[in-house]
Amino acid sequence: MKKDYSKLWTLFKSMFVLSAFTFGGGFVIVSLMKKKFVEELKWLEEDEMLDVTAITQSSPGPLPVNASVIIGYRMAGVVGSLTAILGTILPPMIIISVISLFYEQFRTNPYIATALQVMRAGVAAVIFDVVINLAGNVLKTKRMLYIIMMITAFIATYLLDVSAMIVILTCLGIGLIDLALTLKKGRVA
Amino acid sequence: MLLLKLFFAFIQVGLFSVGGGYAAIPLIQEQIVNIYGLMTLEEFSDLITVAEMTPGPISINSATFVGMRIAGIPGVLICTIGCIIPSFCICLILAHFYYKYRTVSGVQVVLGAMRPAVVALIASAGASILMLGLFQAEIQDVVLGNIRVVELGIFAAALFILRKFKVSAIAIILGSGVTGTVIYALMGAI
Repeated sequence: MKKDYSKLWTLFKSMFVLSAFTFGGGFVIVSLMKKKFVEELKWLEEDEMLDVTAITQSSPGPLPVNASVIIGYRMAGVVGSLTAILGTILPPMIIISVISLFYEQFRTNPYIATALQVMRAGVAAVIFDVVINLAGNVLKTKRMLYIIMMITAFIATYLLDVSAMIVILTCLGIGLIDLALTLKKGRVA
Repeated sequence: MLLLKLFFAFIQVGLFSVGGGYAAIPLIQEQIVNIYGLMTLEEFSDLITVAEMTPGPISINSATFVGMRIAGIPGVLICTIGCIIPSFCICLILAHFYYKYRTVSGVQVVLGAMRPAVVALIASAGASILMLGLFQAEIQDVVLGNIRVVELGIFAAALFILRKFKVSAIAIILGSGVTGTVIYALMGAI
């Protein structure tokens, strides 16, 4: 893996902006990271971004910070990790520090409440846009196993409230069985 | 010593909150309200409201809020650093091994099985936010008649623009916030 320090500023700037405008949980920022780092900057492959998401979801700590550590490491080693983390944590630190001084007014402001409510529609659109591309690529693999896993995982997390961690670990198990079967057939050296 | 207490409280929050922000809330409550008594329960629920209304990960938001209320700027730094130290160490090790072995074909088979699940998890997060946006309710409490037409229009328009043109996601999110607020203000609903 080659390290490229010339990308540090872009890395910091991208993380800072994503973190400053990401409302709603960790998967929102993952969708935005996918758009930024895979589609726009072409730094990562799509599969890689999905792997990073699986790893961050299974590790302790805030998801965006975990993802920053890994993507930063990929781009410029430990220095990259630290740069990406700084970009991710500065916006919430600044915003909350300021708001904590007058949060009563902030919390009860009707315009802010309305903006936050309607913004959800925009956030949902961004996630759907990313999901359409990702799901399309899973379908393109034409592997029945993957397609069924994707649909089952969606039903499990969305309708049955199964935790993301359990879904990922289950799929890890299925992956290991798949590997054992593949090895038996001698498809993988 | 207060700062040291805060530091250890948030190291534990960072270390034991597996599986996203909402999993961290009871943990933060345990550390800050129950064990160390650094905040009252009422202050804590204010904190969660504010953390949800602002961008950024909930645990970082909480760390900053608690740090600021209890010990000012030094508190903010101590809490936030405590919160991310476990993430940093663990993910750095995982990243190292991932990039060392990810091209091994056996590893690819295992990772391949996890990718469809990640797509499903992202889709599920999207569906939850959409339901909150359109009905202000989770899926099990959705009443079709309560659909919010403004939000539905914004969602459809935003998705159309994203699919059709190369627009940044942030412009879409901010644009929908501004457009919706203006529409509701014009309707006299604010």
